[in-house]
Amino acid sequence: MIHAPSLLRRPFFFFSSSSPPPAPAASCILPPPPLLRPHVISSLARTPISLRCSAADSRSPSNREMAAQQDPRLAGIASAIRVIPDFPKAGIMFQDITTLLLDVKAFRDTIDLFVDRYKDKGISVVAGIEARGFIFGPPIALAIGAKFVPLRKPKKLPGEVISEEYSLEYGTDKIEMHVGAVEAGERALIVDDLIATGGTLNAAIRLLERVGVEVYECACLMELPELKGRDRLGDKPLFVLVQSSVDAHDHH
Amino acid sequence: MFAAENGLKGDPRLEAISQAIRVVPHFPKKGIMFQDITTLLLDHKAFQDTVDIFVDRYRNMDISVVAGIEARGFMFGPSIALAIGAKFVPLRKPKKLPGKVICEEYELEYGTDCLEMQVDAVQPGDRALIVDDLVATGGTLSAAIRLLGKRMGAQVVECGCVVGLPEVKGQCRLNGKPVYILVEPREIDNCRHDISSEFLNVQCSG
Repeated sequence: MIHAPSLLRRPFFFFSSSSPPPAPAASCILPPPPLLRPHVISSLARTPISLRCSAADSRSPSNREMAAQQDPRLAGIASAIRVIPDFPKAGIMFQDITTLLLDVKAFRDTIDLFVDRYKDKGISVVAGIEARGFIFGPPIALAIGAKFVPLRKPKKLPGEVISEEYSLEYGTDKIEMHVGAVEAGERALIVDDLIATGGTLNAAIRLLERVGVEVYECACLMELPELKGRDRLGDKPLFVLVQSSVDAHDHH
Repeated sequence: MFAAENGLKGDPRLEAISQAIRVVPHFPKKGIMFQDITTLLLDHKAFQDTVDIFVDRYRNMDISVVAGIEARGFMFGPSIALAIGAKFVPLRKPKKLPGKVICEEYELEYGTDCLEMQVDAVQPGDRALIVDDLVATGGTLSAAIRLLGKRMGAQVVECGCVVGLPEVKGQCRLNGKPVYILVEPREIDNCRHDISSEFLNVQCSG
């Protein structure tokens, strides 16, 4: 997949990020196309049908060298995530991270990968989206010396809050943040377990920007690229560890 | 049991943790002085100290599972689990967890609610710590103890909470299990955090 220069800030795979567009085929140093097809771990619907495990990364320079050195921890992380068909309703392949939380090494590796990326970047706020963002956000915040700010469903936070509405398939929902939790000029990382359509993350970005915070990046364990959530984040970069298909079936 | 009565008497970290917690009066309803731990999460040192105190206590107790109660238990439990090498199990409101779950009912002021856990998360023989931000009546924690202990055959070693009512001082137990608490709830006049005046009926003098 050749990316036009304007798309380089939001790559599909980490090795196609902010470097110049790849040269034509013969000298192309990107991995060949088969890597872009979903890698089927098992034909059974219960295991993740994931694309090549990759840290899809829009910031690191010189990612070409990293292409051949996929972080060995990513495979363990991807295989620790379980797919539950037809949850919460028929047709949805639910990406269940609770099995990752039961795998001490995979959970630790997940946090380490984010911490390695975000430490020493001047991030003073990690905002986590209720509720699974509360599981991953605080350990990252503690490790990088940042405060943790929960972004919650309505009426959960006591005291004064600001709200941001966002669209659902049917209707709308809201996320809220405490007034005074963050200050204008702070640099924030937003964390959630998964990005699907990007609606909630987009609302979180707007919420933080409204109070003058700079959103450095959005970080998720998983992305469902077919839902194009990445496109709903405006100019904000997205970093994910694993990408997965929404479809239960092989893509061969 | 309170941390100050169990080896941490005079530990300055406890006072800082207590002061970092904001009291919000009359939330969610009149008469309740809500102990808001979100301000603790904004204080990196106090938040780290909170986790460290629990980690220091539990790291040599062979804990294999840390169960956190949705949602504020999620803010403390995983960091503790990671540091002591235990798995983390979320205990959630109904219909949030996928796969096969078991449910334990508990009483609210009016009516009941249910706490759920995935059946394959915990095995007999697992030694468990249950974590939440605050223990008040103990209803939710009791349900968690029943879920892990009675229903799944794990051994519940202890419950750990950041804030707990003084009624659990001394050797008070919940369902036969000890509860370890860092600080007592504070009253409004000890607060050091600004609270929006429209939410205050009482002037904050701290």
